[in-house]
Amino acid sequence: MSKTPKIALIGNPNAGKSSLFNSLTGLNQKTGNFPGVTMEKLTGIWELEPKRPVEILDLPGIYSIYPKSIDEELVINILGDPKHPDFPDMAIVVADASNLKRNLLLFSQVRDLGIPTVLALNMIDVAESEGYVINSIKLARELNVEVAEVNAKKGIGLNGLKLSVIKTLQNRFASNDALPLPVSDEVIQEVQANFGEAEIYRSLLWLMEHDHMKMFDKKQRETFDAIKSKHHFSSKKYQSEETVKRYEQITEVVDRCVINLNRQWDAVPVRTWTDRLDKFFLHPVGGYVFFLAILFVMFQAVFTWATYPMDLIDGGVAALNDWLKGVLPDSALTALLTDGLIAGIGGVLIFIPQIAFLFLFISLLEETGYMSRVMFIMDKLMRRFGLNGKSVVPLISGVACAVPAIMSTRSIGSWKDRLITILVTPLMSCSARLPIYTVLIALVVPEKNTLFGLFNLQGVALFGLYLLGFFMALVSAWVMKIILQAKEKSYFIMELPTYKGPRFKHVAMTIFNSVNAFVFEAGKIIVAISIVLWVLASYGPGDEIAQSEAQIRLENPTLQGVGLQNKISADKLEHSYAGHFGHFVEPAIRPLGYDWKIGIALITSFAAREVFVGTMSTIYSMGGEVDDENATIKNRMRAEINPATGKPMYDAALGFSLLIFYAFAMQCMSTLATTYRETKSWKYPLIQFSYMTALAYLSAFAVYQWLS
Amino acid sequence: MANLADLKIGEKGEIVGFTDELLSLKLLEMGCLPGTEVILTHLAPFGDPIAIRVSGSYTLSMRREEAETMLIKRT
Ligand SMILES: Nc1nc2c(ncn2[C@@H]2O[C@H](COP(=O)(O)OP(=O)(O)OP(=O)(O)O)[C@@H](O)[C@H]2O)c(=O)[nH]1
Ligand SMILES: [Mg+2]
Repeated sequence: MSKTPKIALIGNPNAGKSSLFNSLTGLNQKTGNFPGVTMEKLTGIWELEPKRPVEILDLPGIYSIYPKSIDEELVINILGDPKHPDFPDMAIVVADASNLKRNLLLFSQVRDLGIPTVLALNMIDVAESEGYVINSIKLARELNVEVAEVNAKKGIGLNGLKLSVIKTLQNRFASNDALPLPVSDEVIQEVQANFGEAEIYRSLLWLMEHDHMKMFDKKQRETFDAIKSKHHFSSKKYQSEETVKRYEQITEVVDRCVINLNRQWDAVPVRTWTDRLDKFFLHPVGGYVFFLAILFVMFQAVFTWATYPMDLIDGGVAALNDWLKGVLPDSALTALLTDGLIAGIGGVLIFIPQIAFLFLFISLLEETGYMSRVMFIMDKLMRRFGLNGKSVVPLISGVACAVPAIMSTRSIGSWKDRLITILVTPLMSCSARLPIYTVLIALVVPEKNTLFGLFNLQGVALFGLYLLGFFMALVSAWVMKIILQAKEKSYFIMELPTYKGPRFKHVAMTIFNSVNAFVFEAGKIIVAISIVLWVLASYGPGDEIAQSEAQIRLENPTLQGVGLQNKISADKLEHSYAGHFGHFVEPAIRPLGYDWKIGIALITSFAAREVFVGTMSTIYSMGGEVDDENATIKNRMRAEINPATGKPMYDAALGFSLLIFYAFAMQCMSTLATTYRETKSWKYPLIQFSYMTALAYLSAFAVYQWLS
Repeated sequence: MANLADLKIGEKGEIVGFTDELLSLKLLEMGCLPGTEVILTHLAPFGDPIAIRVSGSYTLSMRREEAETMLIKRT
């Protein structure tokens, strides 16, 4: 064989496909204990034998080959179209052995499509603990396929799977040419006459699902519809009868191959751990209390516990800068390196502890299976606001980053619910806002304990900002629900998985990868913008900068030394290109309490809000006092004086106005691009950008006017 | 005739049919076939959504209005 064979992992949601993918390829695809984690295909290489690699394709989970949501459509577009670049040479159907019947429905459909198939019985450990004994040799004979028992989570049974795959790749696969339910020969003949020879079941799939398949154009769809109406063929009726029929056959097979020890003697079901935990987590009152408590602990961790490592990093970066300033010649380049680059990178590094905590909590919620309980208890509430219980996942993961959060909306079946979720998710405070919040809160909220000494006031303020984002998301969703009209009904039929212990290695990897991505992705942007900004802030149009220095000396003949230097550097910044930009936007942001320096930061953080802190530190280091060596960005901002009042610039009014602005403003190109990709239209990113910016501007205006 | 939403926590029923074709397709493929035994196991706050155990093998949640489309016989 010359070309690398392609093997697709197919299976029900939450059956363990991505876990198996990780075990086979050594990659680190995201897994989680709730249906609908994987939303995109991902390929990796599995070394089947020495020098014999195969390509493994991980896909979203499906319950049948008749898709009910967008993530499911992706799979059918691949499996249904032999000309698709990802069409697999064979499939591994990953089945949850503790729920075999339901998983075999999909298996039988994939096999009937004529795709060579291996059945991997996953979650063998769970099945055993629930009392199932599976005779997989008999099952293999009855189904006429290779069967392998595996534990994808622990990577057990992979050699057996290897063997099954090798055998299946070697043998010619006997495809099943009978339909589960007969249809008139003429229907199939007409489809094949128009669209070419294919397995009968595939022809039938085309006839039923052509609307969801990208391989057909409008004209072909009309042909399909004509065939359907000519023969009075009803897809829904066929689908429903087919499902019943397949289950009948499967039940017979399973009854011969599987026994359940727990159910042999009496009908009293065994109370599992999941039942016991659910008594508590799904309790009408206790369930909410627990959920709120979890969120609160999460924010206390992010703000209080994380401060110790943060102070260490902060001190380290400041010390490094001091040292560099001491050993390097005093030049513009040194200033760029220390005040621009290192301060900018330090501004990223310092948030590692907080981001690590955030991802720790989110991945624990996802790994244990608690996330789907949150969807369950929140559905009713969310529905009032035009959302859906499933919107909880994007909203919670939006606290980390809106980009994957928006992608995770694909499992929401109803388009309207999904669209509203996409539009409001960026209002959740993402991790890129955290640096801004932290710096500004430290400036305007006193650091003391409150509420009986239990809570840190700054922590409470941070929690408040996250809550504010959440409430604003709900309110916006509610408004959109009224504006957007859709007749389509949404539904919430969802499996609640059993609780599973988190794998600490996996949690650790998730944290590591997220921190890594944050540092390098955000770091790249911050470094690039810091350099550009430094150039823009050092040079100005014509000889304005040179003139301004002369002017200052002329106007202040008595001033000398440090005082003179300060005045000159402040004036230089004002006359640089950056200063001009800042002054240009100043009239628009004056009502919010911002001056031209903040204007520069607003401009630079337009594309990505994480550069705010870096920009501030560059600006204040260039235009600020010369003598404040080793000053952190916090201290520099604290020392800033409002020229109009003579009081500190960053008072409560300005601080809160900025906080609110950054909480609501849409300043993230990647999110807009993701919205475009997920909605396939520029209209929605545009709406998203406009409404969020308007919301930010008006709220910041109101806050500033009220507090000042 | 009774539907799934009529059950109280802990009560059992047997599925006899559906009143909504589209929803029935989804429910069927998830293993809710006529003749299957279901037990109501949990109610979310305000009684909606609900969670049922399907033929003793897994837990399925759905909204009350969706449960109303599933006709059952109390057992
Ligand atoms: N006990 C046990 N748990 C497993 C096994 N395989 C996977 N899991 C867990 O089952 C959950 C689901 O695994 P995933 O690999 O994310 O499932 P998936 O099929 O990719 O799910 P979707 O992407 O949502 O379709 C995770 O919490 C895994 O840790 C297994 O063999 N035994
Ligand atoms: Mg997956």
